[in-house]
Amino acid sequence: MANPLAEYLQRLGDDRLVLGHRLSEWCGHAPILEEDIALSNMALDLIGHATSILALAGAVEGQGRDEDALAFFRDGTAFRNALLVEQPNGDFAVTLVRQFLFDAYSVLLWDQLSHCGHEGLAAIAAKSLKEDKYHLRHSSEWVVRLGDGTDESHARTQRALDTLWKYTAELFERDAVDDAVAAMGIAVDTAALRSLWDGLVNDVLQRATLTRPPETGPRRGGRTGRHSEHLGHMLATMQSVARAHPGARW
Amino acid sequence: MSTNDDSQWPLWEVFTQGARGEPFEHAGSIHAADAELALQNARDVYTRRGEAVNLWVVPSNAIVASAPSDAGPFFDPGNDKPYRHPQFYVAPRGVRIF
Repeated sequence: MANPLAEYLQRLGDDRLVLGHRLSEWCGHAPILEEDIALSNMALDLIGHATSILALAGAVEGQGRDEDALAFFRDGTAFRNALLVEQPNGDFAVTLVRQFLFDAYSVLLWDQLSHCGHEGLAAIAAKSLKEDKYHLRHSSEWVVRLGDGTDESHARTQRALDTLWKYTAELFERDAVDDAVAAMGIAVDTAALRSLWDGLVNDVLQRATLTRPPETGPRRGGRTGRHSEHLGHMLATMQSVARAHPGARW
Repeated sequence: MSTNDDSQWPLWEVFTQGARGEPFEHAGSIHAADAELALQNARDVYTRRGEAVNLWVVPSNAIVASAPSDAGPFFDPGNDKPYRHPQFYVAPRGVRIF
């Protein structure tokens, strides 16, 4: 592991870049105009967060790669995002459940990182926290309304939850990278993060009349570049313009 | 809420306050299923660039509007009735006249 801090920052940045791109795929396709705008707004927020973090990751890495190089000129095996965020949009319920599970984690993580020992990361965390709190409000209210809505919306939302649940454990796993950055003052209390997340998620699922799925064999691998079959297709689209016109300026 | 004839959610009117203490101004309208989502949609559509510090959302059908045909009798300032204007009255002594 050449540079654990660069690695850690790539994980943070890639989560948001991939989820932001997924949300952008809804543009013009959401169920209603207002929600189309809301999803696009959240996509832009997340891509903005990713831009700041990947710029920092590139600087820390010291190989001359800026945020664009990291976003558009890395292959899937070099991406460090959690598997949850690369899952396909599916229907509106899948997208909003995926969003809620990630937002709950992201808000709690930023809250911790805004007090971390790395000044640049703490500043990005504090700024991102404000926007993610709004995302969480939006996605959690939607999960409640979809879960506690019609029979159809309830069934779809429960199905989305059952499908995505196996990807949530990965968000709270620790490895040598986490330990190495903790030694630099970027210490995340994973156990506290997990228990706060559980409380938040349980509360919303209860309001939504949804059943929390049982913990089954968790899916992992995203943090080390082993992804589901979905990421490669997504990156082919996301990176196509940049790779067709390398160095283009507009 | 009224029932909808179309597939849209109910309509809400959005009022934004540009800065603390300023009056709320009508910004436009949005569709939303309920009040909380109406606030969120209004925020996303009308306040993304720091245009507001506060929002009101009101169900459109809660607003009672005057009819354009009322314009004459409703809003005529009554210039032909001088006694309705303060200038008609002689100010008592001791009151400064501006």
